[in-house]
Order: sequence, then structure tokens, then C-alpha cells
Amino acid sequence: MQGCSLTTRLTAIFAALAFSTSLFGPPPARAASKIQIMTATTDLASLAQEVGGDKVEVESIARGYQDPHFVDAKPSFLLKLKHADLLIVVGLELEIGWLPPLINQSTNPKIQVGAPGYLDASRFARILEIPTGQVTRAEGDVHPLGNPHYWLDPENGLRIAKGIADKLSEMRPGDATYFAQRFTDFEQRLKQADQRWLAEMKPYEGRKIVTYHRSWPNFAEHFHLNVVGYVEPRPGIPPSPQHTVELIQQMKRDNVKVIVVEPYFDLKTPNAVARETGGKVLVLPPSVGGEKEITDYFKLFDYDISKLKQAFDATH
Amino acid sequence: MKKAVMVSVILLLCSVSRAQEIAPAQASGPAQPATPGPETRMRTLEQQVHTLADEVALLREELKALRDAKSIDTVPENRVLLASAHVEPATVGGSSVAATPEAAPQVPQTQVSGSAQPQTFGGATGNAKLLNPDISLIGDFIGTAGHNNVAPAPSMELHESEVGFQAIIDPYSRADAFISFGETGVSVEEAYLTFTSLPAGLLMKVGKMRADFGKVNTIHNHALPWIDRPLATNNLVGGEDGIDDAGISLSHFIAAPKGWFMEGTAQVYRGDSDDLFRAYRRQDLGTVGHLRAYRDLSESTNLDLGASYARGNSAGLATAGKPSAFFTNLYGADATLRWKPLRRAVYKNFLLRTELFWSARDQLSPLSIFQTQHAFGMYSSAEYRINRRWTVGGRFDRSGHATAANLTDTGFSGILTYWPSEFSQIRGQYRFGHLAVANPGDFSNANEFLFQFLFVMGAHGAHPF
Repeated sequence: MQGCSLTTRLTAIFAALAFSTSLFGPPPARAASKIQIMTATTDLASLAQEVGGDKVEVESIARGYQDPHFVDAKPSFLLKLKHADLLIVVGLELEIGWLPPLINQSTNPKIQVGAPGYLDASRFARILEIPTGQVTRAEGDVHPLGNPHYWLDPENGLRIAKGIADKLSEMRPGDATYFAQRFTDFEQRLKQADQRWLAEMKPYEGRKIVTYHRSWPNFAEHFHLNVVGYVEPRPGIPPSPQHTVELIQQMKRDNVKVIVVEPYFDLKTPNAVARETGGKVLVLPPSVGGEKEITDYFKLFDYDISKLKQAFDATH
Repeated sequence: MKKAVMVSVILLLCSVSRAQEIAPAQASGPAQPATPGPETRMRTLEQQVHTLADEVALLREELKALRDAKSIDTVPENRVLLASAHVEPATVGGSSVAATPEAAPQVPQTQVSGSAQPQTFGGATGNAKLLNPDISLIGDFIGTAGHNNVAPAPSMELHESEVGFQAIIDPYSRADAFISFGETGVSVEEAYLTFTSLPAGLLMKVGKMRADFGKVNTIHNHALPWIDRPLATNNLVGGEDGIDDAGISLSHFIAAPKGWFMEGTAQVYRGDSDDLFRAYRRQDLGTVGHLRAYRDLSESTNLDLGASYARGNSAGLATAGKPSAFFTNLYGADATLRWKPLRRAVYKNFLLRTELFWSARDQLSPLSIFQTQHAFGMYSSAEYRINRRWTVGGRFDRSGHATAANLTDTGFSGILTYWPSEFSQIRGQYRFGHLAVANPGDFSNANEFLFQFLFVMGAHGAHPF
């Protein structure tokens, strides 16, 4: 029994694999062969949808109310990645804890790092907080390539959209004019919206705020806000009593009243700081989908700016 | 003479006036070239250093001026995409272009693409490791107190220092190598090549790897939710290293009902794994098969099921007889339930995992009669994250001995883990063991307290899932 079993076993196992392969077969032809796009975050999904229109099908791995540093590499994402033509990532090591294993196991040659279907959006964007000099984790979970929350500047949104449009045209040269048109249209709408946003934020120029995590440098730069402190003592390190005391003193000294918290952080420390300083905690989603009504890139800024205005008005 | 001439030539080059004073003096006394030589040489060298220092200072200034000029140039260029508040749109791309209305829309586009100033977009490249692999080191310090007469551990040890190298090899493959420096020596825990771009949805791995047998066998020491490994692993599945061997692995997604993810893995190994499998001949290969089924029950809850099979020749037999006719068959089943609310993922989560193992081991009885020992083992483990820094857990163990199925060990553990940051971990574990010794019915109780310090340096690894 034992003598012949090895070959038999091997044959059986590989036959089973082959059978399952044939069952699975080649992926069925998709309706009107839309470009299947997977993105790491919802913001990139929204931008891809803007320029891709009805020639693409877009889905994001992370949800808008989820901390993009800590997404679980669930196998259910593998099935979606397997059929993707294009994977758009935030880059700058934001997804380093979960995206590489998903890409490796996706068995999709098109979206492997460096393949034509892998697009790192950060290379189109203006990146802030690029560390100079020595980088150590004494500074917390630093991003040595720069701050990855760059999409919160509409100018970067436009640059990324242009990058995606170029990529889509490269993948479907026949639809290049369609994508170019979609981009031009998006550009015009975004420019108009940005003028409106800037006008709305104009009265609050130079206002000082405190944020939980370093998610807002690009937003603050574009809308002329001044981020003077963080609830986290260092990126990725939970609040400590000593740092909280220092933060309270600093906020009192500088008369800072607004504490911006991303929806995935605990409100205990921010609430305590607000009580001490007479300030206001503002849960502000940094991504599309962070609240139900934020369904696209435009609504993200609409929502955040209206909330900020309310908070500024209420604390003055 | 020659030396003197050379010195004078140097002097001439460096400083004409001084050379003119000294050179004749040297030339006039060729009999004693050694005595003035070192001194003058020093002086000339000194001068050379001074002139070089001046030049460096000059170059530095020039560089600084250039840098300043550049940053002044680039800042406004980046800022004028959309915002009327920053710069008037008319000034966007220079007056010559903006003057013609047809060309105007193109101006922002060329800037958007970044072709004019490509280096101002994107992240840092200076910091980026060029072609080096991602390198990391994980230190694992374990201390043990209390008493255990069956398997005593040292009071303190640097149990393992695991060095990891991970890199993309070429457009078709990547490689991962983990080298473990332990108390007793160095071993390659895993080193394998993964072909990521095979046709027909196949994923192939070649090298030495932890076999895809159940869950705990695939997990490195530092990623375990406990300090030790379950009794069933030690008794039935090859101990700490587990089924870890050189071989080839093939996986493929399997067609599954909607909402399910299924994956099949087939692996062939040389057949040498610790005290579990042993290849007595070249054809005594080991095989491992694994079937995984996964389903998202909701956004925050998921169920992960697995069935595993492993087969190889029984280890620990005398080579004189016909050891190739003795096999060990291992069967495994695992189930994991995870709960992690997406909005509070870093503060709260819960994991419940149970693994069952059945071992059928062919061996010789003490009377040299062929026999098959059927042993069963299992563990059940739960962990709950209370907040960002603290996790509590517990584990129940029960396992027969592979070579003597009538001996059964039982145990339980309570675990408390503290994370100062994502890159270090402090853990304590109380462990009770009701361990079988020699004869059925004889037991030895073990009461131990284990503590562990883990630290991670270097590349940020993937979070375990």
C-alpha cells in the first residue's frame, strides 16, 4: 500500500488542483469590458471614477471611516484583486502593513508592483513633511517617504486625477479622448469648487487647530490653517498624560479652540482636552465615505469645510 | 638631487614667491636634502590644505545659492494649479501662453503631469532604499519561573533573534528569507521564492518554508498570541519548528459559493521535519495539502476554516529495518472567528481559534511489532483587545503523545500583552500543565510564569491576519 501511494497522492492532489482550475476557468468576459479598478482608499476610488466615467468599475479596499494604516488583509479582497486591471495605491508606505501580502497572493500578474497595472498615486502629488536627516522610530511610526495623507489638498486631487487619466488612456488608447474630456470636465468643476471652498475658508485664515494624527498638513496648507499640535505625542503612539498636559497648556497659551479628530480614533483624550481648554472636538473624516453623505471627492471638502466653519463660529 | 628638484617643483606650483626663496637654498646644498625636506614639505602641504579649504567654502556658498534660487523658483510653480487665492489664474503659465485662449487650458495640464518639475512631486527618494531588500530584526527574550519537571526551560534566554530579508527579485517573483539565531545555533527558518506572475492563477513557492498545515504551524514565534506553542504542536506537529522543510508549494483559488473564498494548496517536501518526518531514502517525500474557506459574516466579523493533511515517513526509527514502510499521517482542522469593528480597529478586537489534530503514526512497539498509534490533540484560544495597548487572552490545551497515544497532557494558560508601540511588545503568561509521564495514570503538574520582551527593528512588516 505504501509503495505506490506517493505518486498516487501527488497525482490526486494535482488533479484536484487542475480540476478546480478548470471549474474556475478564465474570468467571464465583463460587461462591455470595463476597466476593473481596485484602489487602496476611497478617495482614490472617487478620483478614478471621476475620470473613468462609465468605462471603469471602481472599488476601494479600505472604507472611508477606517484607519488606512490598519486594514486587515482579508482573503475576500484577493478575489477582487485577482480580476483587477489596475490597482491604485496611496503609497509612501501608508499601506505597508496590509497591501503587500494582498498583492503577492492575488495571483494577478497585472497588478504586481512595477507592472503596468500598478499605479502609485503619490508620485503625482506634492508631498509634505518629507523627513530630512536621520529617521528613527524615536519619532514614532514615521513615514520616511513623507506624509501619506496628501489627497486632502484639491490641487493634489487634480494632479492624481490627471495621473489616473493618463494611465487609463495608456491602457485604452481608443478611449483616450473620452478620458481626457472627463478630466477636463473634472478640472473645471474642481476649480470652481475650490474657489468656493477658499472663499468660505477665507475668514478663518490663519486659525490655529490641533489634530489627533498628522493627517491634515496638506489640507491645512491649502486652506491656510495652522496646525499647532497633535493629540498623539508621536505618530502612532497613543496619548500620554504628560503630553496631554503640555497640549492643554499650549492650547490655552495660543488660544486654540478646535481639536480635529479622525473618525477612527478614541474621543476620550480629545474630550478631556476640550473640557480643560473650553474648546470643541470636531470629528472630521479625512476620506470619502467617512460619513454616509460624503459620497465623492467634492462632498468630502464640502462636508469638512462646513463642519470646520461651524466649529470656528461656535468657539468664537 | 632628484628629490630636491621634485620638492622645488611642488613649491613652484604652490606658491611662486616662497618657492623662489627656498629653492635656491636647497639647490645649493644637495648633500643634505633630507633635513630641510620634511619641514618645507609640511609647510607646502599646510598651504595646500588652506587653499583647498578656501575652495570648499566657495563651492558650498555656490551650492547654497543655487539651492535657494531653486526653492524660490519651485514653490510658486506648485501652488498655482487651482487656487485663485494663491496666484491670479492669468499668471499661471507665463503670459505668452496664457495670452492665446486656445492654449490656455493646456497650461495647467502640463503642470499637472509634473513634466516640467518632475522632482517636486512624489515622496522622498533620497531616503528610499535603492536596491536593498527590506531588512528587519526581531528579538525575542523569554524568561520562565515556577516549576516544570517534564520540559524545564531556562530562567532567561534570548530565545531567538530573527533576521528577515524581503525583496522583489524580478518582475516575476519575490523572495522572503528569515534566519533565526537561537541559543543553540543558526537556522534558516524560512527562505523561499514566490512566483507571483504565473499563468492560470497559480501561486508557486520554492524553498524552505513552514508548511501550510493548519494555522499555528505557519506562524513565526514572534507573531504568536502566546509566548509558547500549544501542547498539541509540541506533541504531534513537530514542536517549535513544526513542519518546516525544503519543498515546492502550489496554491490556487477554488470556485466557491458566493460570499466564500476558497483556496487549495498542495506541497511536496523532502520529508525531514524535526522529530516528526524523516526521509530515509531520496524518494521518501513528504506531502501537505490544505484547503481554506473564508467568509465575511459582516464588515467586522469573519470566519476562517481550514482542513489540512500531511504525510511523511515516521522519524525516530532505526534505519536498520525497513523504515520507509513506516508513515505518519496527520490530519488537521481549524476554525477562526474574528471580530474587529472597522472604526475602532486599533482599540478593540476579538479572536477565537480552535485547531484539532489527529496523528496516525506507524512505529515499532517495544516488542518490535508494527503498530500504529492514533493520538488526538487540540487547543482552543481566545484573545480580546481591551484598548490600544492591552490585550488579554487564554488558551486550553489537550494532547496525546504521538508515540504513546495513551499518554495525554492537559493544560491552560492566561496571557496579558502590553504594546508600548507597534514595534515592541511585553507579555506575561501563566501556564498550568497536567503532564503525563512514563506510565498511564502518572502525572506531573507544572505551574509556570513566563514573560517575554519582543522588539522589532528595521523594515515595517505586514500585520498578521
